[in-house]
Amino acid sequence: MASTRDLRRRIKSVTGTSKITKAMQMVASSKMRRAQQAALAGRPYAQLMVSILADLGGDLTDLTHPLLEKREVRKTAVLVITSDKGLCGGLNANLLREVAKLDVASTVFICAGRKGAQFVGRTKRNLAADFSYSDSPTFAEARTISKFIQDMFTQGEVDEVRVMYNRFVNTISQVPESLRLLPLSNVDRVKAGVGNDGEPLAHNSVEQDFLFEPDASHVLGAMLPHFVNFAIYQLLLDAKASEQSARMVAMKNATDNAKQIIKDLTLDYNKMRQANITNELLEITTAQMALG
Amino acid sequence: MLKLEIITPEAVTYSDNVDMVTLPGAEGEMGIYPNHVPLLTQVVAGEILVRKGSEEILLAVGEGFAEITGERVAILTDMAIRSDNIDEAKVEEARRRAEERLREEVSADEEAVLRASVANSLAQLKVKRRQRH
Repeated sequence: MASTRDLRRRIKSVTGTSKITKAMQMVASSKMRRAQQAALAGRPYAQLMVSILADLGGDLTDLTHPLLEKREVRKTAVLVITSDKGLCGGLNANLLREVAKLDVASTVFICAGRKGAQFVGRTKRNLAADFSYSDSPTFAEARTISKFIQDMFTQGEVDEVRVMYNRFVNTISQVPESLRLLPLSNVDRVKAGVGNDGEPLAHNSVEQDFLFEPDASHVLGAMLPHFVNFAIYQLLLDAKASEQSARMVAMKNATDNAKQIIKDLTLDYNKMRQANITNELLEITTAQMALG
Repeated sequence: MLKLEIITPEAVTYSDNVDMVTLPGAEGEMGIYPNHVPLLTQVVAGEILVRKGSEEILLAVGEGFAEITGERVAILTDMAIRSDNIDEAKVEEARRRAEERLREEVSADEEAVLRASVANSLAQLKVKRRQRH
């Protein structure tokens, strides 16, 4: 049985921990609000982008652009978007479990976020590049990643590019997801950076032949790389919103648990203190009776 | 009726049924009425004029793309601001700063960003001035 002093020490230490987790919760919740807003604001744009690609669907097969080229898939590049820091519950672990299922020999990894890079390094997988992105991802960061990926694809190093990230659904739910980004001709249409809860735009997809102005190669040349850049930007925002939400929830749980432990320990402590006093009283009265 | 949607990475700036829209295409201004042929065009920084009944709305837009079908115009752009919301002093200031920075040594990437920002500012100023006449 621990002494009252031990209990007091434990209560103090748990109180300290709860203060830290509480502070982290506050920080995460303010960052979360910003990250969620950014992720949701970009969704209509991403959605329209995808629907334009879908509309072009029929046309795209006759058009040629390096980013549209379909090849037999021998090598796949996977962009894994994780967080830099832990303390966000099972978020990264859930995603990396999916990553671990991929075939090692035919996959090269590109990581955004330190956790993913550490995992790939630890499990001795093939790491092509490792990027970092800030708390509020910028378009420039996305462009750097995107450029690297596009170069890999157009130079024929890989025949397919997929992205694995945590899709933000809401504050308590983030889903690990894998989607195909390149070649753009069979991009996973519904998903590219667009949540299920995103309000669908009133729009019926019609297959029709489009005119291009100035001409097809110009428009596609400008549009497709931009789309890839933006898709990656949107995915980074989504991953960041997921991360901050998961961290907020994890820290809230930690704080609640700490509070519960403090309550239990305080009860134990008081019981023990009471027992000690009773014992002492008992000893005094017994001693007195023996003398009397 | 034409369904017009102007969307930027930050927000859906405009979404409504309109009678006619004029937008700055890569090869010059184009006016679009319902039943236009399907067209995909690049949009350059400039002004968009929307006509709805007797109402006319002016917007400044940045670079982007427009998808036009018979009943719908969707514009994806990096900037779209209604003329009423343009703060002339602020825009002028932003333009001055970007131009100043352009005179220094900058990387190709940054130069592209700065040039776009100057073009965006000019488009806003043009729209604002036009609104007053």
